[in-house]
Amino acid sequence: MMKNINLVKSKTIVLFGLLIVFNFGCERDLTDQAVPATFPNTADIYTDNPVGLTDEFFISFDPAGGANTGAFDTDDNEAYEGTSSIRIDVPASNDPDGNFVGGIFKDRGEGRDLTGYDALTFWAKGSVTGTLSQVGFGTDFEDDRYPASRSDIQLTTNWKKYIVPIPDPSKLVQEKGMFLFSAGGFDILGDGPNGNEIGWIFWLDEIRFEKLGTNLTVGAEIFEGQEIMRDEFIDTAFGVSGVAHTVNLGSTGENISMNLSAAYFDYESSNPSVADVNADGDVEVIGLSGTTTITASLEGFGANGSLTVTSNGIFPHAPIPAQNATNVVSLFSDSYTNVPVRHYNGFFLPFQTTQGGAGADPNNVDLQVPYPDGSPDNIINYTALNFVSIGMYESVPNVDVSAATHLHVDIFVREDIEPGDFIRLEMESGTFSGPTASGSFLLNSTALMDNMNEDGWTVLDIPLSSFSGNIDFTSLGQLFFISDGTISDIWVDNVYYYNE
Amino acid sequence: MKQRKFLNTIIAFSFLVGGTLLVTNCEVDETQKVANLTNLVMSDEFDVDGAPDPDLWGYDLGDGTAQGLPAGWGNNELQVYTDSPDNVSVENGLLVITARQVGANQYTSARLTTQVNFDQQYGRFEARMRLPLGKGIWPAFWLLGNDCDENPWPQCGEIDVMEYLGDAPTVIFGSAHGPGYNGGDSISKEYDLGNDRFDTGFHVFGIEWGPDFINYYVDGDLYQQITPEITAEEAIEKDGITNPGEWVFNRPFYIIMNIAVGGDLPGAPNADTVFPQRMFVDYVRVYN
Repeated sequence: MMKNINLVKSKTIVLFGLLIVFNFGCERDLTDQAVPATFPNTADIYTDNPVGLTDEFFISFDPAGGANTGAFDTDDNEAYEGTSSIRIDVPASNDPDGNFVGGIFKDRGEGRDLTGYDALTFWAKGSVTGTLSQVGFGTDFEDDRYPASRSDIQLTTNWKKYIVPIPDPSKLVQEKGMFLFSAGGFDILGDGPNGNEIGWIFWLDEIRFEKLGTNLTVGAEIFEGQEIMRDEFIDTAFGVSGVAHTVNLGSTGENISMNLSAAYFDYESSNPSVADVNADGDVEVIGLSGTTTITASLEGFGANGSLTVTSNGIFPHAPIPAQNATNVVSLFSDSYTNVPVRHYNGFFLPFQTTQGGAGADPNNVDLQVPYPDGSPDNIINYTALNFVSIGMYESVPNVDVSAATHLHVDIFVREDIEPGDFIRLEMESGTFSGPTASGSFLLNSTALMDNMNEDGWTVLDIPLSSFSGNIDFTSLGQLFFISDGTISDIWVDNVYYYNE
Repeated sequence: MKQRKFLNTIIAFSFLVGGTLLVTNCEVDETQKVANLTNLVMSDEFDVDGAPDPDLWGYDLGDGTAQGLPAGWGNNELQVYTDSPDNVSVENGLLVITARQVGANQYTSARLTTQVNFDQQYGRFEARMRLPLGKGIWPAFWLLGNDCDENPWPQCGEIDVMEYLGDAPTVIFGSAHGPGYNGGDSISKEYDLGNDRFDTGFHVFGIEWGPDFINYYVDGDLYQQITPEITAEEAIEKDGITNPGEWVFNRPFYIIMNIAVGGDLPGAPNADTVFPQRMFVDYVRVYN
């Protein structure tokens, strides 16, 4: 019995085998297409002529940003090897045509496969011992996905070879950004960058990618090497920052610091169901709860630094205001048209420590979390709070809230509320417009807790008559949040006056 | 100058051997036999974890003053040598010599020697090693004549099979020191690994030594030959004393392996030098 069964199976296999062969025979084109596309691995960028670069050869940085587009040329009287080199006449810092030179060389085709190389190398010499601000590759003015560069390379007045390591060559399967450089005037007086730098010349030759085999990664970090902890909500997205790469060059023994794209690193999330990280280092919180740690490596070298993200689930939006807009004067709310403000944080140094609330645009503050319908919910996040004001004075008119009966404000205290914690709301009238007067209303820890809804927001509707002092509500200049440091981290939303 | 003379010798030799060799003359490993001696006399494969085999290895300890040298082993070196497991141990089949920073400008390391237990005149001395990294790090695998007490250095001779500076991780150098050619004026030649580094993988460093030659090699490449004719070129006359450039490599020599930190040759460690630094030795073998 067993033998028979085996025999049947064998026959079946043979038939399948024939079918497969036939199928392959028919779909030859598909099979050919399945081979991954490869791109030329041309190493040379400039020898005596540009090699495989775009017709414009040199693509300058934006002249509107100060780049001098007339500083680039080739020179048949100078060469490290062969007959020609690239000559850059670096402008003086007071040159009306632009005070620096810089730009890129770009592959004229679909990009090159640089996976077989480990460094960009070039020869350079200066008319003086000037400094190249930046030299690198990976910038193509299209995707700019893999920029990598060295900063501040001081040239000598004789030809010398320079090396820019490729952080992870395996990423560069189709790279168009062949070369990038920038340089500014020569600081002949050595008195720092102050506008008196003079013009100078440098020459570049024999620019190419090479496989040196002598570069060694001795340092790599993300988040500046720190172990960052963040509490986030679902759908929040942010990027890996603070990346660094230190390479020991075998040829000189020196350690050099690379500027590089976060996309060179390989990322791992210890629990991808909480937060996922893509190849570019973009993190997105996707889980309703849980904790994950994002780590990275560079060509197998474990990077210092990590990000531990805890998902706190769905974002707890503050209650959507129900007051009729005609009865409202709003300082900060997505539900109403806001009056213009001078600031959401005046950064009053030296006494104020409070961070967050920068600027005067209610649609561009600290947090912007979409409502389920996709419209944005902007929220101010004050941290290191001791005091802070929303200011309506100087560059904007004082606000007339004399028709209102109440102040509404939603506050989310982002820490445990201890006995003794408080937030004092204080208003000032007449700011920059006349005699000032002020008055306040104290929210002690009990008041903060008693008015907290189930999502954690302390929802406040305070009669203006409850404020002390003799505030002139026709010319309101500032609304202060004062904790004297008892509470340091708060979200603030829906700050408006209304008439009940 | 010395190196150039040596190169000329090689080229002249090639001419003598004939035209066919000239064509392949740059392919060193195909035309030159790197090692001829295959009769293994002594080896330590470092297969037993713990302290190195006490029947073979001893230690030079301290800063050199106990040996009658100025502090810093005569070279202003910064390390103090110990026999502590922190500085020398056998782990996972490797001898590990570790240089550590123990304070500002204070370092410990280890220097192993076979002075008491093993020496040999002529033969092939070879070690497979992976080297450390960083400015101020100065490891070596070297031999000293066993009669330095009676015939003070440099008369007793020194053969440096491998020296290396941690801020030039692609280069080692082999040297010989004797009367008239020693210290900064030794007979020496560099070997550049080219497309690789000595701190990221293991390489074989060796000499083959006979009555009238010392051949230096790395992996499969013979890169230097030192002969009595070459040492004779070092003959000098100074202050009325004639120094003959005498060939002193005609006595038993013993083995030393160490990492020095700082000193006149490498300079002090800098901010980029990471500690601890380790040298790994897979084996030491001696043939005749």
